Amino acid sequence: MITQPMATGITPGIVSGIPSASAPATIPHTDSACDCAVYCSARDPNNPLGISQEELHDALVNRHGAALQSRLDKAIVGVAGLGGLGSHIAVHLARLGIGRLVLVDFDVVDISNLNRQQYTLADIGMPKTQALLHHLQAVNPYLVYAPYTERITAENAARLFAECDIVCEAFDHAEQKAMLIETLLTQLPNVRIVAGNGMAGYGSANAIGTAQPIQRLYVSGDGQSDLSGQLPLMEPRVAVCAAHQAMMVLRLVAGEQAP
Amino acid sequence: MKVNGESVPCAVGMTILQLLQERALNPQRVAVEKNGQIVARAHFADEPLCDTDTVELVQFVGGG
Repeated sequence: MITQPMATGITPGIVSGIPSASAPATIPHTDSACDCAVYCSARDPNNPLGISQEELHDALVNRHGAALQSRLDKAIVGVAGLGGLGSHIAVHLARLGIGRLVLVDFDVVDISNLNRQQYTLADIGMPKTQALLHHLQAVNPYLVYAPYTERITAENAARLFAECDIVCEAFDHAEQKAMLIETLLTQLPNVRIVAGNGMAGYGSANAIGTAQPIQRLYVSGDGQSDLSGQLPLMEPRVAVCAAHQAMMVLRLVAGEQAP
Repeated sequence: MKVNGESVPCAVGMTILQLLQERALNPQRVAVEKNGQIVARAHFADEPLCDTDTVELVQFVGGG
């Protein structure tokens, strides 16, 4: 049973038109121009109620406040790597309503990713950029997403993230993390980076925090739990680190500088 | 000089690379800031250090 959404401009007529669990999921109605108040096959399965951009934005403003949402609307944030950290970070940022998200990963979804990444069985074999885009559009189809399916290198990183106010580093390998941070800090004079560093295993999540060791560089994690110690990467701890990174992005967008 | 907030002696002619080696840090896995400026990896071997320098070393570990 679908519960009544909060009062955000969704018309009661549409809500009352949602079929109950016992009713068929669709009715034989395929007129693409229809505006009927029932879930019909002509509707976007990601947005069956046809929630408008204005309605969804109003809902964000109601939750976050107009001043903060205005800052979030204008923010441009990059996510470098869409694995355990990056896929979670991107969902957090889409829920915040960050206006533009630059999403970069060269990889495809593998069955081994499903223990800790935002992907589902149906995504296996798809480029992570495309699979994640579907999930993000199901959260908020009105944000601007800029997906790039390519490997990030010292040669292309500054170009890929040139427009970003903030970039979240979400790579697997320590050498790649160091490469990206050096490249962006030296080539993009205004960008701020929020990196992930140490989230493997099942040690206490309380060991994960965020610090600012270098100007324009924030680092989330426990700083220690390395993959080389054979520690597994597991959903809750990876998600805690990703939430720390998204939280730091939110603070920076809100005008807070301290970690 | 100060390294990660701690006062340490600076040997004459010491470079960033030597400081990393002294601390058993892999140069490929660190970010280094000297006096508020990021130091590129290509300059670790020839970036000199002196008593008045403030250095931040960040070591990265794998996982993401």
